[in-house]
Parts: sequence; C-alpha cells; structure tokens
Amino acid sequence: MGLSPMSEHSSYTPGNSVEKWLDDRLPIIRFSKEHLMDFPTPKNLNYWWTFGAILVMCLGIQIVTGVILAMHYTPHVSMAFDSVEHIRRDVNGGRMIQAFHAVGASMFFAAVYIHIFRGMYFGSYKAPREILWILGVLIFLLMMATAFMGYVLPWGQMSGWAATVITNIFAAIPVIGTPLLELLRGGFSVGNPTLNRFFSLHYMLPFVIAAVVALHIWALHVPGNNNPIGVDVKDKRDTLPFHPYYTMKDAFGMVLFLIPFAWFAFFAPDILGHPDNYIPFNSQVTPAHIVPEWYFLPFYAILRAIDFNILFIDSKLGGVIFFAGSILILFFLPWLDTSKVRSGNFRPMFKWFYWLFAINFVVLTYLGAAPAEGIYVVLAKISTAYYFIHFLVILPLLGRIETPRPLPTSISESVLAKAH
Amino acid sequence: MFNTKTILAAVALVAGFALPAAAAEDSHASPVIDKQNWSFAGIFGTYDEHQLQRGFQVYREVCASCHGARLVAFRNLSEPGGPGFSEEQVKALALEYEVADDTAEGGFRTAVPADRWPSPFLTEQDARDANGGSLPPDFSVLAKARGVSDPFPYWTFNYFTGYSEGGPDYIHALLTGYHDEAPAGFELPPGKYYNDVFPGHAIGMAPPLQDGIVTYVAAEGETEVPLTVDQYSKDVAAFMMWMAEPHLAGRKQTGFVVLLFLILFAGLMYATKRRIWKGIEH
Repeated sequence: MGLSPMSEHSSYTPGNSVEKWLDDRLPIIRFSKEHLMDFPTPKNLNYWWTFGAILVMCLGIQIVTGVILAMHYTPHVSMAFDSVEHIRRDVNGGRMIQAFHAVGASMFFAAVYIHIFRGMYFGSYKAPREILWILGVLIFLLMMATAFMGYVLPWGQMSGWAATVITNIFAAIPVIGTPLLELLRGGFSVGNPTLNRFFSLHYMLPFVIAAVVALHIWALHVPGNNNPIGVDVKDKRDTLPFHPYYTMKDAFGMVLFLIPFAWFAFFAPDILGHPDNYIPFNSQVTPAHIVPEWYFLPFYAILRAIDFNILFIDSKLGGVIFFAGSILILFFLPWLDTSKVRSGNFRPMFKWFYWLFAINFVVLTYLGAAPAEGIYVVLAKISTAYYFIHFLVILPLLGRIETPRPLPTSISESVLAKAH
Repeated sequence: MFNTKTILAAVALVAGFALPAAAAEDSHASPVIDKQNWSFAGIFGTYDEHQLQRGFQVYREVCASCHGARLVAFRNLSEPGGPGFSEEQVKALALEYEVADDTAEGGFRTAVPADRWPSPFLTEQDARDANGGSLPPDFSVLAKARGVSDPFPYWTFNYFTGYSEGGPDYIHALLTGYHDEAPAGFELPPGKYYNDVFPGHAIGMAPPLQDGIVTYVAAEGETEVPLTVDQYSKDVAAFMMWMAEPHLAGRKQTGFVVLLFLILFAGLMYATKRRIWKGIEH
C-alpha cells in the first residue's frame, strides 16, 4: 500500500544536535512522531472508532488505581474484607480510588464489548488484519481472567463462591482436571492460598495485557485502520495525520466516556455489583443465587445451558467445552466469515444477522442472570445454539449467497458523496 | 457527526449492557418492599443529622446488645456529614465502653475515640449461644449487604436514577414486617418469628421494636417525632446506611463537581474538535 509509515520516508528531522545525537542511537522521537502524530488515518472514522483510545485509558485507570489499592490491601482471608473497607473508610481518597477501580472494571468491559462489536460490524477482522483481531481476542481473554481474580480479592460471599464455581469448571477437564483444580486453588478448597495466588496474578496480568496491547497497536499500524466503508486507503487524500485530528477526536470521546463512569463511581458505586459481596465469605453458607459480574453473564449462560450428556461427554464437560468454545471461536472469525466485503453497510443480509446476533448476545446476558429453571433453561439452549450457528453456519454461508451493494471506489469519493 | 442512528444505537448498547446486572434479582419472587423517602437519596442527598442521632439512639438502646459494628470507630460519629456529635461528646461516649486490648491489664481498657465499636459478644459461639443458635450479623456494612429487587423493567431505571437505597428500604421493611402469628398453613419452627420480607419468612430475631420503646428528646423548637415502630425503623435504617457509607455526603458533593466539570469540559473539547476538523470532509 505504501502508506504505512514503516515503509514511508519519515518527516522527522532532528531539531538540534542533542536530538540528532539521540536519533542516531535510539530514534524514539522519530518513532513517536511517525506513530503518534503523522500516522495516516482514514478520514471517515466515526465515533465507534474512539473506543480503542478509551480502552487504553481504561487500562491506565485500572493499573494506576490498582497499584494504589495494593498498597493498602491485605491478601489474607481474615483481613481482606476488612482491609477493603479500611481503604474506603480510612485511606485518604481511598473510597474514590476503590470506587474507580471497581466501577472501572465494568466500564472497561462495556467499552471492550462496544469495541468488539464495532469490529464485527465493520469487518475489521478481515485480511490483512487477522493477527490484529486475534491479539484483540487474546486481550479479551486476559481481561476476563484478570477481572475474575480481582473480583475474588474483597473476599465477600460472591468473591469466594465465584472462585469456587469458576475453579470447579476446570475439574471437568479429563485426566488433568483435578490436579489443575488443586493447582488453581492451592489446595482442595478455596482458601488463603487461593486468595494469595489470585492477588499475585491479578497484579501481574494487567502488565501482560499492556504488552499484548502494544502488539495489538503494532499490528494495527502495519495495515493501518479499517474504516466504516471498509475500502482500503488508496492515496493521501483518503487520510489525515493522526495528530491533531484523531488525538482530538479520541480525547473528546474519552471525556464523554468519563461522564457515565463518574456517574456510577460517585452516585451509585455499588449498583453494578451484588449486595451479597458485602457479606464476608463463608464457605459453609451458600448464597441463594451465585451470579457472576454482568460482563461474564453471556458466557455463564452458555456454560449452564449444557445440562445434558452428549454421547460419552457428560453435561459438566459439555458445558465447559461450549463455554470455552464460545470464546475460542472468535479466534477463527476471520476465516469463518467468507465475504470479501468488510463493512456491514454494504452487506444487506449480514446487517440483519449482525443485529440478530447482537440481540441474542444481550438475551444470553439476561439469561446468565436468570435462575436456571422453567422457560429460562429452554431459552438459554436456543440462544446458545444460535450463538454458534451464527459463526459456524450463517457467516460462512452469507459470503456465498449474499450480493453485496456496490462499494465506493475510495474513501474520498464516499466522503464527498455524503457531503453533497 | 452524531446522527440519530448513532445515538439510538449507543443508547441501545448502553441499555443492553446495563440490563442484566439486576436481572438475577427480578426473577425471584420476593415480597414487595415499599421504598421510603430518604434524605440521602439522589444526587444532592445528605444525611439528616437529627435522624442519624435518633437512629444512633435506637441502635445503642436496642440493637447494640446483640449487633456489633466492628468497622465503625467512635471518632466517625463526629466526622462531617454524619450525626454531628462534637468531639467532646464522642470522647465522653467512648469512656462508657470497654474494648479488648491485649496490652492492657486484664485484657480490657476504657475506649478512646480512635477505637472501633466493641462487639457485644467475645466470640461467634457466645453470640450463637445467646441467640438460640442464630448469629446476629454485624451492622458495619449490613445496609449495603441487603437490597431490593425491582421487577423488569423498573430496575433498568435505577441505573439512571442511581438508586442505592435498597438496603435501608429492606431494613425498614424487615423491622416493620413482623406478624404476631404466621399465616395459616405456614409451619413456623420453634424459636422463630414470622416476617414478611425475610427470606424464608422464619427469622431468629424477635421483633426488636415496639411503639414507645425508645424515648426521643426533641430539641427546643423542633417538632416532636412520633415514637412508633415505623419511625424507629426509618431512623435506625438511616443510621445503618451511615455506618456502611459514613462519607456518602462528601462523595456526592465531589461527584457533582466532577460531573459538572466533565460536562463543561466535554463541551469545550467538542468545540475544539469541530474547530480542528473544520473544512475537512469526513
């Protein structure tokens, strides 16, 4: 394409002898100018594209607040619950830092779901962006692991029981299941060793996420951004330098995103959680309903939907296979979608199925929180089946039977057509 | 720019993600709990000093004989946004209590304002022995460990109103929800009491409040507060919310300023963004 800054001649000239000296040894200023300022970005990106920057902000907020929380938190079963309350009651600014961290997890997931669904609609996973997409799914997986372990740390009823239920999932794996379960828990049941290793991993994983995010952005900067019409950048008229155009647009998006963020953190910090987590964990008392945080609910619904044996696979292992499969299938999305057209805007049939999939996903979320009884069980099975049918049947088929609408020849042409 | 479709889609997405958190609660049949008007609800909510003082009196005279509050310190009572006691009053109050201290002679010493509220029982077993096997829960964060479940679709509005008073609503409903006799057909285990809102209806706690059990002293010029179970329940529920969230007023005050700033800042950012993008077809 010739537009990648990697292959382009750099516009950077060192301003003085010190910059020149540095540039000959570590061209970090040149690199920053190329990638943070000059980077050619399609001019037609809409606001759904600001969520990349918003997610970087979310990760930053979680790491900064998390590092401070760790200074005051005690990872011990007899002190963890009270130490979180100590942060809220006695540490200067602690209640806000704690609220931002807890609410921040929810906001992080809200943003990542929007980001993923944006990519799905506009076909951002298609060639040449498969690795970019795969790294994104990897980040999503790491986020889930990190959020789950973080939720365990306050050591409330939901914390302890979530740890019990989720680690139990691994026990369904044949042969290595039980040893794996004991490794995760650090014993036969959830206890102090579990809390300690979860705390350690919860501190480490965000930095792994940050590293994969760096790879994700690297993989983005090789082919450049996708865009709402999904047509490749043809020449310079199709793009704008990242700075000031997209730095400004992203910054505006971030401030906008902070409004609901602050709303929850200041006015309803507990509304996204469960009241039971204000009861210290007691392994002898099972809560009436063990519900994961909202962002895990769709996958939790899939896990519970498999309550029947499939041939020699018992229902427990079956649930785990579908649960893992529901996320792992995302890795194969670039090859399951056979259409050559990226943007859903030009795919009349895909558009309908996309929204059907999105609604089905919300339904799964709802069902994940509903009790596993009556009509909910049937609905969960249908929704789970549809989730997989979308990926395994509909997407491969659509590419063959659908006639896409004619694509604009270039971004500039489509932009000009819109303006007049 | 922001066309209607984008906005609609954004709203739908937010609603979609907001939906499920409370879905769990709506699906289990639970008795209707009347929501009360709390002074600490909403964006501008603050605690009513007088109500907290009355609630503290109910807690001290009635509840505290069984229920501890291990996370609440005496000094909290004189902090801004709370019941508004003076530091001298709190010092004098602390002097009336003994707290466990390994370094003191005999293991106990007189409390100081920095001490936490002493537990009424030394061990969990003592507490259970004194209460027919039931364990009276600690009050420190109890108001946040309880909630109210609204049926669909009403709980979706809670995200926009910021309804966070489910705990006090539940506590008030529990304290006013006792019946002298269980309804016909309900088998009440011995030593239990029938309550409308308690899960399973059989609660180990005897009705703790009766009309007139606590005598409020009205300050000069203040209206008399009714000495009823309903009033006591409201007051003690408000006090329990304060114990769970002693800095609620300050949090909301900061939040209001932060939100105001963010909205103004977003406006400025938007204007700047438009200025930079001016003349660029996109």
